[in-house]
Amino acid sequence: MTERPLTVAITGMNARADNPGPGVAVARCLAEAGRPVKLIGLAYDALDPGLYLDGLFAATYMLPYPSHGEAAFLERLTAAHRDHPIDALIPCLDAEIPACISLADRLRAMGIRTFLPSAEQFALRGKDRLADAAEQAGVEMPETRIVGSPTFFRTCTQDGWTYPLVVKGCFYDAAVVHDATQAVMAYHRIAAQWGHPVLAQKHVAGEEFNLCAIGDGLGGMLGTVMMKKRALTEKGKGWAGVCVDDPAIETAAAKLIAALKWRGPCEIEGVRTRTGEFHLLEINPRFPAWVYFTHGVGRNLPAALLELIEGRPPPAFAPARIGTLFIRYAQEVIVPMQAFEHIVTGGGRAAPEKAVA
Amino acid sequence: MSRDGSPHALLPAEVLKRLAISESGFIFDPASGDSFTANPSALAIIRLAQGESDPRKIAEQLALEFDVAVTQAEREVVEFASVLRQSLG
Repeated sequence: MTERPLTVAITGMNARADNPGPGVAVARCLAEAGRPVKLIGLAYDALDPGLYLDGLFAATYMLPYPSHGEAAFLERLTAAHRDHPIDALIPCLDAEIPACISLADRLRAMGIRTFLPSAEQFALRGKDRLADAAEQAGVEMPETRIVGSPTFFRTCTQDGWTYPLVVKGCFYDAAVVHDATQAVMAYHRIAAQWGHPVLAQKHVAGEEFNLCAIGDGLGGMLGTVMMKKRALTEKGKGWAGVCVDDPAIETAAAKLIAALKWRGPCEIEGVRTRTGEFHLLEINPRFPAWVYFTHGVGRNLPAALLELIEGRPPPAFAPARIGTLFIRYAQEVIVPMQAFEHIVTGGGRAAPEKAVA
Repeated sequence: MSRDGSPHALLPAEVLKRLAISESGFIFDPASGDSFTANPSALAIIRLAQGESDPRKIAEQLALEFDVAVTQAEREVVEFASVLRQSLG
């Protein structure tokens, strides 16, 4: 008797070369995990390439942007669920996670399971409140301030701030600026693109590290994989990276996960100074775009998340293969006109039968 | 005083201990993710430094393995340690 394939819906099908979403990487992890799965891709833009990866996804659907509200999101998800009853949903983009948290009970009633933090946990790791969480966890974090007006950047040096500093969006984007003029430009650009508040953060010199793990919701951190970026895109996204093992970073991450009682996947970003101290920069409430690397080093975190979603105990993780590298590359997906037509006019499409692995 | 408590240690003991060193001279630091390649004499210095912190004693060992005087070897060991310290932190 063969195991029934679990139908898993995944968002984040965007994959621009300089800044890909995590969804396609999550799907690759699940497809290669060794258990039968049927993957449904959920996207926000008709040019998201994941919509057309027929070897990976059985069907793909367009979703309304989170700004359209929970009802529109649920309606669209329900339509997909009618066609392909979904067992599990893995949201991969920050902006949609609050809606998924809010809808979790209704989704569960429909038979769609998730493994997400509470609304309060989610809010605590927001960029505007992260400093409180870091303090609670006893983890160093550079001083961060909500900036209400660009005037701050002209006067901040009188309050003990020095350049360079970092201007950050409340959801996304960050720029290291070296003087007030650059700071004001970054402020306006980020505010226009991502809205308010805009944050200023003191710059910490050192090397950036990223850690991916799953919080079990009880304070435990599962399946840690640490990565140092070895090559960056112009946006500062990792184009190549190497798996590392730094106990100082792991300890800091474990404290944060324990303090937040984080439930679900996360990425912790920080800087290690020349003297070896770890300073927290951000906690992202989802798998990172480089999550396929977790599978590459022997710790398939999306597959582990699926176990947790099903209510099973977390798997035993093999030691991560330290020193393994990833190097990203871009490739073209050929999209027949009819496939594009189905997405644009019908909001979804099924892959040809023979195309799904 | 060095970080391992020894007054003459070339590099912090915990740094040297964690390095993954292959016969080809490829060296990987699992904490920083940095990798290096070392020529045979540099590799010999690193291997000796993992078990011995005194530059003079390392130089004496090098003088037995390579065609070099102990004083010259000691000078090179100290110089190399300085380069390595900057790279490994």
